[in-house]
Amino acid sequence: MKLRIIVTLKPGVLDPQGKAIHKALDGLGFAGVEDVRQGKLIELDVADDTDDATIDAMCRKLLANTVIENYRVERA
Amino acid sequence: MKAAVIVFPGSNCDRDLAVAIREIGGTAPTMVWHGDSDLPDDLGLIAVPGGFSYGDYLRSGAMAARSPIMRAVSDAAARGVPVLGVCNGFQVLTEAGLLPGALMRNAGIDFVCRDVALTVDNTQSLFTSGYDAGETITVPVAHHDGNYFADDATLDRLEGEGRVAFRYAEGVNGSARNIAGLLNADGNVLGMMPHPERRIEAAHGGSDGRRLFEGLLAKVLA
Repeated sequence: MKLRIIVTLKPGVLDPQGKAIHKALDGLGFAGVEDVRQGKLIELDVADDTDDATIDAMCRKLLANTVIENYRVERA
Repeated sequence: MKAAVIVFPGSNCDRDLAVAIREIGGTAPTMVWHGDSDLPDDLGLIAVPGGFSYGDYLRSGAMAARSPIMRAVSDAAARGVPVLGVCNGFQVLTEAGLLPGALMRNAGIDFVCRDVALTVDNTQSLFTSGYDAGETITVPVAHHDGNYFADDATLDRLEGEGRVAFRYAEGVNGSARNIAGLLNADGNVLGMMPHPERRIEAAHGGSDGRRLFEGLLAKVLA
């Protein structure tokens, strides 16, 4: 079973990398970019019988730092 | 009592810390590899060094915090063994949950490598008793992810409990409330981004970091 874990900074947490990307897009002349936030995509290939609680534990214990990040799981 | 320095793949200040402990404390520390699961007995201090453990993969300190030796470090910290984390060591301690909050990418994005002025906020702790209250010292920083973050309620609580050990005298990396070094609730764990071990003798350009080790080692290695 293929999973995509999307990790994003919580709203309100400063994202200097997103800001730099935003500036670069402005510099390239792309108008109308309101905001940029950078996150991470982690692809997992796990056994088909892996339950939701285990996947959630993987996210909380390692893949995301829940002090600063949110995560969501997509099944490919 | 002895000291131990934890060594991860990618640590690069482990020997600097070992030299500081040996020169100032009089006894060389035991170097402990991250893959070990046990610490030596009778430890008076565990030092978690700076560097780029595991190449900063995933998040700075994230992989190191889950390495086998960190379970033993957490157990020791819970028993009251003093733990000092410097730079990447501070990041590892927050990722391991031994200190609250997180260290994020510097607000200005750049890697910051220079001397900074620090104010000693708490001189009552095990680690900072060698300093005078409100004293300003100069110690180098060298980091990309030193921007301390915690929510406002946590920051208020930390300040109220006197757990901010050091603050940047001026903005360096965007750290919340200019926090540069932080104590745990019991006062036996200190994490700090600046490098006191790089400033222990005149040949380093100053010795403001030396008094941290003098005050600490006299108590914990006795």
